[in-house]
Amino acid sequence: MIGLTYLSAILATLPLILILAHLVQKGASSLSLAFFTHMPQPVGEAGGGMANAIVGTLVLIGTASLMGLPIGIGAGLYLAEKRSTPLAYTVRFLSDVLNGLPSIVIGIFAWEFLVRPIGHFSALAGGLALGAMMIPLVTRTTEEMLLVVPTSLREAALALGYPRWRTSISVVLRTALAGIATGALVAVARIAGETAPLLFTAFGNQFWSTSVREPIAALPLQIFTYAISAYDEWHRQAWAGALVLIAMVLIISIAARFVTRSRFGAPVD
Amino acid sequence: MTALPAQWLEKDRRKLRVEEAAIGDRVYEIITAVCALIIPALVVAIAVAIFAAAWPAFAKLGLSIVTSSNWDVAGGHFGAAPALFGTLVSSAVALIIATPLAIGVAIFLSEFSPSWLRQPVGFLVDLLAAIPSVVYGLWGIFVLIPLLREQVMPFLRDTLHLGATPLFSGPAYGPSMLAAGLILAIMALPYISAVAREVLLAVPRSQREAALALGATRWEMIRDAVIPYARSGIIGGIMLGLGRALGETMAVTMVIGNRPEISASLFAPGYTMASLIANEFSEATNDLHLSALMAVGASLFVITLLVNAVARWLVWSVSRGRAK
Repeated sequence: MIGLTYLSAILATLPLILILAHLVQKGASSLSLAFFTHMPQPVGEAGGGMANAIVGTLVLIGTASLMGLPIGIGAGLYLAEKRSTPLAYTVRFLSDVLNGLPSIVIGIFAWEFLVRPIGHFSALAGGLALGAMMIPLVTRTTEEMLLVVPTSLREAALALGYPRWRTSISVVLRTALAGIATGALVAVARIAGETAPLLFTAFGNQFWSTSVREPIAALPLQIFTYAISAYDEWHRQAWAGALVLIAMVLIISIAARFVTRSRFGAPVD
Repeated sequence: MTALPAQWLEKDRRKLRVEEAAIGDRVYEIITAVCALIIPALVVAIAVAIFAAAWPAFAKLGLSIVTSSNWDVAGGHFGAAPALFGTLVSSAVALIIATPLAIGVAIFLSEFSPSWLRQPVGFLVDLLAAIPSVVYGLWGIFVLIPLLREQVMPFLRDTLHLGATPLFSGPAYGPSMLAAGLILAIMALPYISAVAREVLLAVPRSQREAALALGATRWEMIRDAVIPYARSGIIGGIMLGLGRALGETMAVTMVIGNRPEISASLFAPGYTMASLIANEFSEATNDLHLSALMAVGASLFVITLLVNAVARWLVWSVSRGRAK
């Protein structure tokens, strides 16, 4: 039986290794400088890149972070300080609910709220949909990281005559900053690859656009379109795009681990 | 004009500072409370918006949205039963595959792993959750599906003679319920194993020591003392994985074949609620069509909400004992 647990550990890590291996093998051959600097080519023409989709993804992540980070950190502060009020329990529960909602549901909600009334797709709608997905993630990690800060630190600041709000921001929040940054990076990594909420919001765009009021291209959307197409050249582009996307996500995820490590020596258990 | 005594000024200044602090505290409290309140507001807004948009379809079609299997846009029939069926079956397949593996990994990591392996293996399994679903879909289309079509499906059907059962019969297309179930299994695995690992570590040491003291082997200790204690938490983890699988959109849409039919065979293509929305939403032809898709979204919302609520409650019931 003990052998079986070893076997399941091997089987569970196998898909990751296989996926990464295929990505590198199929993606690297299609990857070139042009991929980062050129626009997508029409069907039938070789070459081209995903410059607009890469920039689009960055714009979407930026918009999402502008919404998700402040609200998430603020809510986390609230939960850590009013730990056992009825409101805190409600918020915590609904934050889990929000986290568990299928991303496609968030997508149709954003469409209903931000696309339907305006009449056209926009990067803003996509970014805010992703931002809504970030909030529960950031809230949860912020609260957890703040709870790790020793009470004595807070008490020391208060005893020195710091007002409570200064104590929270300059002492407690600062102490937990590395942990919160980790949480923020994990949340960014998670939404960077989301596709479903963008289908009816950011929508994708064949052309160069960085305006939040216009539909915008995004790496995951582009990969999806190319992957289900019937053209070999587009398939190759999809693999290259996936390799870039996964590299982005993995670098952010690994950076997130190191942010915490450098501060505390080892991840807090 | 006579100068005020110095100590008066000092007192005033101190009073001012206290008042300033009180205002600051008040502002700070309001800002954080507003941030916290945005979360319930968002959940309520999502529920209201989706149910309001789904209402015309529910009012006109009633429960036939989820019981009928006639999805005919031109004729105004919207029965998403095949999609509901596909969502449930693909998730069930995923759990059947992922659960034993995830629990195995969790036991390995919490009990048997040499300490130098624990971090890397845990990290690799966690990374599975970081891979974007569109990348899983891409891998599914170009690696998993050809493998299933050419090797696995013929092997299951002909070499193992499982073709006699309805589950593994019929032609091997490739895009299928089985492909969706396998992809979902890989995607649900890190969620289940993360929770299972956490609750296994929450089992008190005394529980283990008592079993060992009674002469149990390590495996008997895990089977008879550790797992029963962690059972409801592990079930919670499985439910969390289920919640993920039910709502997963892109990877499934890319590998399930998107055919709205109910078939007993796992080799046959199917459809899920999420992929139905993903495929038709931006091309919805009329208001009823759009509303019917919203109704599918609303049903998905309710199902995942229930599954997640039960999951959280189960996990919470185990981990609250951890601090002791």
